[in-house]
Amino acid sequence: MRYAYFPGCSLHSTAKEYEASTRAVCAALGVELQEITDWNCCGATSGHSLNHELSVALPARNLGLAEKMGADVVAPCAACYNRMRGAEQTMKTDSQLRQRINALLANPYGGGVSVLPLVQILANLGDEAIATAVKKPLEGLRVACYYGCLMVRPPKVLGFDDAEHPVSLDNIMRALGAEPADWHYKTECCGGSFSLTRSDLVEKLTFDILSRAKDAGADVVATACPLCQANLDMRQEAAAKEYGKELGLPILYFTELMAIALDLPGAKDTLKSHMVAASIGS
Amino acid sequence: MDKTANSAAVEGTFAVEILGAEISTELRKRIETLSGQKVMSCYQCGECTAGCPMAFAMDIMPNRVMRMAQLGCATPLLESASIWLCAGCETCATRCPKEVELSRVMDALREIAVTDGVRGRESDILKFHKAFLDAVHRHGRVHEVSMLARYKLATGKLFTDMILGAKMFAKGKLALKPNKVKDVDEVRRIFEQLGGKR
Repeated sequence: MRYAYFPGCSLHSTAKEYEASTRAVCAALGVELQEITDWNCCGATSGHSLNHELSVALPARNLGLAEKMGADVVAPCAACYNRMRGAEQTMKTDSQLRQRINALLANPYGGGVSVLPLVQILANLGDEAIATAVKKPLEGLRVACYYGCLMVRPPKVLGFDDAEHPVSLDNIMRALGAEPADWHYKTECCGGSFSLTRSDLVEKLTFDILSRAKDAGADVVATACPLCQANLDMRQEAAAKEYGKELGLPILYFTELMAIALDLPGAKDTLKSHMVAASIGS
Repeated sequence: MDKTANSAAVEGTFAVEILGAEISTELRKRIETLSGQKVMSCYQCGECTAGCPMAFAMDIMPNRVMRMAQLGCATPLLESASIWLCAGCETCATRCPKEVELSRVMDALREIAVTDGVRGRESDILKFHKAFLDAVHRHGRVHEVSMLARYKLATGKLFTDMILGAKMFAKGKLALKPNKVKDVDEVRRIFEQLGGKR
């Protein structure tokens, strides 16, 4: 299965662990990722916050490029997935805007390809296929699967998993031999892009999420979004200090856990660049 | 004040908050056009406020934002911190029983505030969004280091997160060389034709 791979801006810098582990896991499981040539930023939160048409046009350029490649788009970043999927829907339903945007593109988008989140294409392989590939089961590891907002909401646009009680990451963790934690803050917002502008708010939301994960007995938190990972990891120490409770929870990309369970070469290297230290397996 | 009084008792006083704002249909129509939402559908159930992760920090509660949008109270809405503190988490849009996407209404209010040049609270948040989109305009992709630099210069927040930044740099998480889009002209054309006021 070949996909038009859209890394998005952060996978080439602050979320490099996500890119490295994603590529390794997909290669190991026979999922072909062909990076979209000359892709541009999807616009993320800032795009739709300031201009609706811009927020559709920026992703649409990538959709046109993917259509030329003849492959569906896969985006590891939840925000990129959300914006691109939304643009896919808008381009398919708003003919006026579609015409105006396509007029600006060397590669117009005609609705021939769709956008999928990384979690979905891996989940589609089936729990058995993943379990078969596991060499070092994550036995005894309790993982709090943190979905965040943009991978599952709004359901009318995305149509993936469940907006209130998603299970796709939990199923993957189970297939890896780990125990998904039973907790109820799976889809609570981490504060997103307020990381820089109002880190005080991110600290509060981070604390709310992680203290519940800790109370549920989690050893580690698994994420599928670069900004969620950054917030829960980089603001964790400050949050623990501010609210007076020790957290000490490693925040990993779900693909890092997959790479470790599949015993891929260099799987543990990515753990070093996280702020909160993790030592998974031996 | 006699809180149990149900009848038109004269004893005590009855407190009423009067909103000293104009009421007009103009703002509502602008919001409807930009957001594609049926603003009048909202019947004030409060589900949005109950689920909003940022409500604790907002000056106007999400459901009140909708009510003021219905009435067209432009000034307090466009000057509010609420519209900038919305995280775009889509919890409201997911749960609204009348299928109103408040998240889209918030987007519209932000767009109107910028277009009209309203100086609201949380100006640093607007500066962040502008620094982000400037970076996209420049290279087609966001080069995080230069975007951060632009944001810090614009807000004067030169020294916040210095230790965190140093740690990130040491761990190789801040790429110094920008990644560029070759056909950045096409991206810039998108901004020029559709990007509105920047």
